[in-house]
Amino acid sequence: MSAAFVLAQLLNGLQLGLMLFLLAAGLTLIFGIMGLVNLAHGSFYMIGAFVAATLQAWTGHFALALAGGVGAAIILGIAVESALLRPLYRRGHLDQVLVTFGLILFFNEATRLLWGSGGLSMQPPAVLASEIQLLPGLPYPSYRLAISGVGCLVVVLLSLLLGRTRIGMLIRAGARDHAMVSALGVNIKLVYSLVFGLGAMLAGLAGVMTGPIIAVEVGMGEAILIQTFVVVVLGGIGSVKGSFVAALAVGLADSLGRAFLPLLLGGFLAPTTVSAVAPAAASTVIYLLMAATLLWRPQGLLGHRR
Amino acid sequence: MIPRRLVVIGLIFAVLAAVPLYGADYYTGLATKIMIFGLAALGLDALVGIGGMISFGHAAFFGIGAYVAGLFGKSGIDEGLIVWPTAIAVAALFGAVIGSLSLRTRGAAFIMITLAFAQMLFFIAASLPALGTSDGIGLPHRNSLAGHSLGRAVDFHYVVLLLLAGALALTDFLARTPFGRAVDGIRQNEPRMGALGYNPTIYQLACFIFGAAVTGLAGALVANLSLFAAPDNLHWMTSGTLLVIVILGGVGSLFGSVLGAAVLIVLEEVLAEVTDHWMMILGPVLIAVVLFGGNGLAGFLLRRPHGRTS
Repeated sequence: MSAAFVLAQLLNGLQLGLMLFLLAAGLTLIFGIMGLVNLAHGSFYMIGAFVAATLQAWTGHFALALAGGVGAAIILGIAVESALLRPLYRRGHLDQVLVTFGLILFFNEATRLLWGSGGLSMQPPAVLASEIQLLPGLPYPSYRLAISGVGCLVVVLLSLLLGRTRIGMLIRAGARDHAMVSALGVNIKLVYSLVFGLGAMLAGLAGVMTGPIIAVEVGMGEAILIQTFVVVVLGGIGSVKGSFVAALAVGLADSLGRAFLPLLLGGFLAPTTVSAVAPAAASTVIYLLMAATLLWRPQGLLGHRR
Repeated sequence: MIPRRLVVIGLIFAVLAAVPLYGADYYTGLATKIMIFGLAALGLDALVGIGGMISFGHAAFFGIGAYVAGLFGKSGIDEGLIVWPTAIAVAALFGAVIGSLSLRTRGAAFIMITLAFAQMLFFIAASLPALGTSDGIGLPHRNSLAGHSLGRAVDFHYVVLLLLAGALALTDFLARTPFGRAVDGIRQNEPRMGALGYNPTIYQLACFIFGAAVTGLAGALVANLSLFAAPDNLHWMTSGTLLVIVILGGVGSLFGSVLGAAVLIVLEEVLAEVTDHWMMILGPVLIAVVLFGGNGLAGFLLRRPHGRTS
């Protein structure tokens, strides 16, 4: 095993972690401010990827596909929020879970109806289609580096937006006490729509950017949503900073687990046993991480006790 | 006068008992499926309706029950008196582990964690060769009961009917004991019950384990119905389906689970006849029921003229 292999796995983990953060940030903000458990958050990720893949097949331009995919996710997010979810903020978690579960059923089936069940494929933009030599002996797809770069940029922009702007201040105040913010003359409904649109945008962006490295298919939203839930719980529900730390931890744990667990198990198990057990063991790594964190800090890494 | 609730329950079971007398084997099988999903949802309703714990990972125990039956079937043991109690015990054991970890949190985090643990079991079942990976485990034939074959659909139907009636009676009884009252009290006001000297986590964990055990039995039965233990039994879609059944039937009503299962399964059959994309209709129907449905079918059936429920 070379240092180059380890570095490549670390980069993969970083990239997965940043994509998970894009989803987790929206999910945790929506819960923190509106108190909504949104199971349909993965649908924005899926819609973003499907619209982008279609636009790319039509026009051949990645930039157009990116804009269209993210735009579709924002429009869908704001439409769903204002038409359906707003009356749910005051209801219990059970109603929220069931309505958003109904939304998943609808969106998945509608996607299957529009695009068929075969799935689509997406290509990275031509400039980023090649591999670059990171270190001697370490070729790495430049597209994966680029999406990690965009992910880092979003982290910076989001922290500036939340920490340094007036709208960010309103969002943070809304998370603390939305009744008081409303009483001070702020249009809290507008803040709700903005936060939901922001969350949908980040999820759509993650969907478009991940499109070229995975299969664009129905069900992709739920696959990543469940990992995102692990991130949100691990980071402390409602905490964006916690989500960031947890997303990187989960991304790295998953990538490193898949890469190194077979080698680790190979040290004391027969090769046939390893190939049988390793995939199952690798897929449990992030859940064991979650279980361990719950035993140690039930409120999550940066969460507050409620 | 007999309470209206008992009349409704009596009618439900009379209809279920009459199905094999008048219907073809297809309808008997459909009614058996309704009862099995009703039993699975009964376990979840004990959690959600009485314990106030919203689990989105209850399919874990359904799948565990199914896989226990599948593994026994593979090793040639088909006596229900061995298989079913084992399925209950294994589901309860997993319930104790998952429950004690998940109950470190409450509310939204609890929903996400139960979902995550169930999905972990799904991934394990779908990738472990000993559990048949994504193909699942087939059962050579149905379990027998004390040596008697249950190969005929009718015999299996009545055994499931008795098990469902027993589980419903037991859950109903437990809900009325001091233990059940304490669990219900914790759902309504946890700090107050804590101040009264009850340890909420212990009571909720006991409720969680009970719900897991009931659903585990249903899992063993569903493997017997389809002669198959599939990763799908563990999938989050199944968890969602069980929650939908609970809310259609009426949260906390217990017997409503059977009604909810009947409505959902019949609706599925009917819509699937009309279109392949029936989930596009089911989704909005579900949303409408949640937003405007009051307390499900049980709430509707037990409604008093003045709008009070008994």
